[in-house]
Amino acid sequence: MKMMNTSTIHNKSKSPRSKQKIRVWPLLLPSVSVLAIWAVVPLVLTIWYSFQNYNLQAPPAVFGGLINFEFLFTDGDLPVVVMNTLVMVFGPMLITVILGLAFATLYDGPFPGRSIARLLVITPFFVMPTVAALVWKNLFFHPVWGLLAWAEKLVGLEPIDWFSSHPMLAIIIIVSWLWTPFSTLILLTALQSLDREQIEAARMDGAKSVSRFIYVVLPHLRRPVAVLLMLETIFFLSTYAEIYVTTMGGPGAATTNIPFYIFSRALMGFDVGLASAAGIFAILIANIVAFFFVRNLSEQL
Amino acid sequence: MSRAKSEKIDLLRMILGWFVGILMAFPVFWMALAAFKTEQDAASIPPKLFFSPTLENFVAMNERVDYVRHAWNSIVVSASSTLIAIALAAPAAYVMAFYATKSTRKLMLWMLSIRFMPAVGVLIPIYLILVHFNLIDTKFALIVITCLSNLPIIVWMLYSYFKEVPVEILEAARMDGARPLRQLRYLLIPLTAPGFASTALLGVILAWNEAFWCINITATEAGTLALAIASFANSEGQFWAKLSAASLASVGPIFIFGWITQRQLVRGLTFGAVK
Repeated sequence: MKMMNTSTIHNKSKSPRSKQKIRVWPLLLPSVSVLAIWAVVPLVLTIWYSFQNYNLQAPPAVFGGLINFEFLFTDGDLPVVVMNTLVMVFGPMLITVILGLAFATLYDGPFPGRSIARLLVITPFFVMPTVAALVWKNLFFHPVWGLLAWAEKLVGLEPIDWFSSHPMLAIIIIVSWLWTPFSTLILLTALQSLDREQIEAARMDGAKSVSRFIYVVLPHLRRPVAVLLMLETIFFLSTYAEIYVTTMGGPGAATTNIPFYIFSRALMGFDVGLASAAGIFAILIANIVAFFFVRNLSEQL
Repeated sequence: MSRAKSEKIDLLRMILGWFVGILMAFPVFWMALAAFKTEQDAASIPPKLFFSPTLENFVAMNERVDYVRHAWNSIVVSASSTLIAIALAAPAAYVMAFYATKSTRKLMLWMLSIRFMPAVGVLIPIYLILVHFNLIDTKFALIVITCLSNLPIIVWMLYSYFKEVPVEILEAARMDGARPLRQLRYLLIPLTAPGFASTALLGVILAWNEAFWCINITATEAGTLALAIASFANSEGQFWAKLSAASLASVGPIFIFGWITQRQLVRGLTFGAVK
């Protein structure tokens, strides 16, 4: 990497003394070097293992060529797993963006106790995923003693056994509940940075509130929404704890996504080679997303 | 717009605003309530809103999941990983903010791209390395990993706080011959104390709630609260009240942190893309 070893401060002052030269590298090196190690070493090892025929229960590792990738891409579960991953990314994304937009519009205007109500909305974001999933699973989704079962019986419906009949929907609800506060906060922050005079001007011109929203507010939100979509893709691609404490990927492979697939192959099946090949696959997908994200972000740095 | 109509909108906004807020927070409220119920009350149909509260769950949960040990692990891991990350990040953020060159932007983007690498992609080698060095289920390993994965965000946040410091103030210090580390210590840290504080809080929150690495590389010895809670997943028998008590005791501290730092949190997680 090419970086300058020394640099001078750019300032308008003419005084030569203020052009202090400092050595930049000693200050940068600690974090840059540990991050470089963190970024490169495990990745190289993952690539290496992905070409090895290596099961922890049957060592040693032998070179296996593309055998892991062959196995991965002919695994009957893989299409299901990829599909599940997509559903787990786009389901919560759709819900959180729509609710986030609605909630942000709601909390953009003043009303008595707004800051407390806003704090309440944000609350789920601070709940750790394992807690959220277990509380939902037991206190709400439980088919006998859950609050939802009680509510369903109250209106004369048969209680739903969420995790056996709608496991995916249940997980989507949990993830969406956890992340709606985040989208709300981002979009609210964006709304509040909107120039009030612009809205006033549109109102003066006789624009109705709906057309004000479509022609003034929405274009302003384009960038924050783009940022939100990218970040959520990256976060939702690695949904893990919510599955771990509820369905363990089941029933069957109904709620197994790529992270959970790798987990079950590696730590439960001891197949290092296959899990590494799947890891490479996951990294590739994330990199495609990150590429778009970084490109989008770099425009505003 | 007529005044009456505008008042009507405000009333509607208030009702909806409170309704949504209460609805979103309800699961947490319900969990907090269950933490003080007996197991019978927690599983009663119809659900009980009024009951005689008990504290016995908090005693029982400690016997069941060794709460105190896991809480201590959570505190140690989140505090030390954040402190180390800030110590590493501050000098780098200083250089990036005040001695920016053409490659600064690239360096920053490179750091962020590391944050985007899915942990699951590197789980295998890291697991095997930890096994090799006998570091599975140690706080040390968890601290190092948490620190590294939060480092890019912490560099970024400190950088954006430093950028807000007027260069003239540093100039004066430079004239007096203060070296970078002295400038950091005596000028930047005091000047951006609120920034440092919210960066630290964000780091602590992220580390506290982290579940992936905790579940995969730790067990009873070094596991944090995320793992203690996860162990309820396979529980048999009546445990809801105890689960709720353990949950409340695990998320409680973070709520306080989170409520204080909600704004900065967005900034930290969006890397300033949303002001």
